Amino acid sequence: MAHFKVENLGISFGGIRAVDNVSFEVKKNSIFSIIGPNGSGKTTIFNMISGIYKPDSGRVVLEGEDMVGLRPDMIARKGIARTFQNIQLFGNATVMDNLMLGRHIHMKTGIIGGAFMWGKWSGTAREEVKNREIVEHIVDFLELQSVRDQFVSSLPYGKRKLVELGRALALEPKVLLLDEPSAGMNTEEKDDLRIWIKDIQEDYQVTILLIEHDMNMVMGISDRILAINQGVEIIEDVPSEVQKHPDVIAAYLGEEE
Amino acid sequence: MDMKRDYYEDIELFSSGTVLFWSVAFLVFLFTLPLYIPSYNIYLFNIIMVHVILAVGLNILVGYTGQISLGHAGFFAIGAYGTALLMIHLHLPFLMALIIAGLISAFFGFIIGLPALRLEGPYLAIATLGFGLTIMHIIGHWDIFGGRMGISTPPLDLGLQNSPYSFVIEGDVKIYYLILVITVLMVVCARNLMRTRVGRAFVAIRDDDIAAEVMGVNLTIFKTMSFALSAFYAGVAGGLYGFVVSFFDPFTFNLILSIVFLVMVVVGGLGSILGAVMGATLITYLQFDLLKNVEELPYMGEILVQFSRKWLTVIGLANFGSVALGLIMLGIVIFEPLGMFGIWIRMKKYWKTWPF
Ligand SMILES: Nc1ncnc2c1ncn2[C@@H]1O[C@H](COP(=O)(O)OP(=O)(O)O)[C@@H](O)[C@H]1O
Ligand SMILES: [Mg+2]
Repeated sequence: MAHFKVENLGISFGGIRAVDNVSFEVKKNSIFSIIGPNGSGKTTIFNMISGIYKPDSGRVVLEGEDMVGLRPDMIARKGIARTFQNIQLFGNATVMDNLMLGRHIHMKTGIIGGAFMWGKWSGTAREEVKNREIVEHIVDFLELQSVRDQFVSSLPYGKRKLVELGRALALEPKVLLLDEPSAGMNTEEKDDLRIWIKDIQEDYQVTILLIEHDMNMVMGISDRILAINQGVEIIEDVPSEVQKHPDVIAAYLGEEE
Repeated sequence: MDMKRDYYEDIELFSSGTVLFWSVAFLVFLFTLPLYIPSYNIYLFNIIMVHVILAVGLNILVGYTGQISLGHAGFFAIGAYGTALLMIHLHLPFLMALIIAGLISAFFGFIIGLPALRLEGPYLAIATLGFGLTIMHIIGHWDIFGGRMGISTPPLDLGLQNSPYSFVIEGDVKIYYLILVITVLMVVCARNLMRTRVGRAFVAIRDDDIAAEVMGVNLTIFKTMSFALSAFYAGVAGGLYGFVVSFFDPFTFNLILSIVFLVMVVVGGLGSILGAVMGATLITYLQFDLLKNVEELPYMGEILVQFSRKWLTVIGLANFGSVALGLIMLGIVIFEPLGMFGIWIRMKKYWKTWPF
């Protein structure tokens, strides 16, 4: 049984077929990338996987269970987390609070527990502290220590991208969807990010789906790659094969020269 | 770098010794207040505390969760009528009546929260406005609510009415202590709540509801929870209010009141418990006391009152309170969108770096 797979996924917006009959399988703990020109439907695939859009055909299967039709928060509970192409953080909250929201599904405190948090040994405080420790590891891992208590809206773009990655990690997902994580980063930041993504795969034992325009990164870290154009699959294979495909060369690798 | 940190520090009620010191000092001040001020002024403080409870609850909804309500006078009314009627007809002890009335109000909040799952901004404003007006009219039409004539509250009995276990509280000063304890409790609870899981979920919904949902926040549960919680605070505030003023009628809970409540929250600072406390205090003072104080100014007072009568009103009454309220609102929106809380933060920064 495949760890994660998408079968015949499709969706239309006002008669336009944004994604058409896309299928792929992802091995546990591997990095699977989706490439394609702007507007080819990559983000739309993520939106269908995370439940923001409801596909009009097909299935999204995690460990044998179909996700289609579940609300986004239920899908998160099943273990799928994501980042967004245009950063969707909680801007008027601190980095720490953003990361702590990633722990939401692992915590239980409700109104009564939260309101009556009397002192260090209350159940609520203990749960809080335990989860803050977990989040602190992520802060260290992504080197966010210096901005830990700052408001997210005051951070530079590259840092915000990292906070978003951290927030998704804090959810301890089985599958992590990253939508153009390196967009807007400089070369140095991109190099760091590449190492982190590799570390996440290995240390956190996460299956990663990656949408990325930086071909160096994609070819370097992906186990398999899906190339799409106008919502339709061109090729799905290992990087060395995808690299050779004429349409991919025309779309990406050619124009770099 | 690799120090073992105590993460409880992050969520502690008193983030430092200084904060603890000033909090205790402030509490001591509040508990001894009746010793320094004439008892007829205690009435004003009772109203202020009632408004503090309401503003803190309204800020949970508006400031933290990002939903609007123009109907909080409705929840306030449910609390006031509910508490009084439960005591008059079922002879419940005061605190039990108060909590039940708060829960009834919370239930209405939950119901109003349901359409909020689909409505945004102006549409939600209209829906909640409709709720507030409806409550006012229903109360005005039904005899059990005292109709247009209004109702007087019964004696404030903390024990069993008309029994050896009766424990009646009389006079502004005694009521002051009762309300003070409840206010402190509710403010502290709100603050704890906003710093933990539920509060973070509210803020997440406010800042980006799609991202919140993708991170596992159930929007249905948390949006309606915010409405219910906010309505509970308003209901408890209303229940206390009834016994502070001892008489009220449907027109007490009009649309203007809902708007004044919102003003408290905006002026104090959206998304801040301390802000709600400051906003409620300032606005209540302006409304209830400013006019009197202006009149008593030497020389200027009489002139200002005449000026106000002549130029600032349609019905020939001096109304500095409303004019000042309007000007403060304008000033806040233009110069300090974070409200009094923003000013407070800047003052703190200033004193920290002083004298440099
Ligand atoms: N909510 C929507 N309504 C209408 N069209 C949409 C919507 N979301 C995506 N699309 C369309 O679907 C196509 C694919 O978009 P997208 O998935 O964002 O592309 P990519 O991420 O590959 O750049 C585009 O033509 C876009 O306009
Ligand atoms: Mg995209």
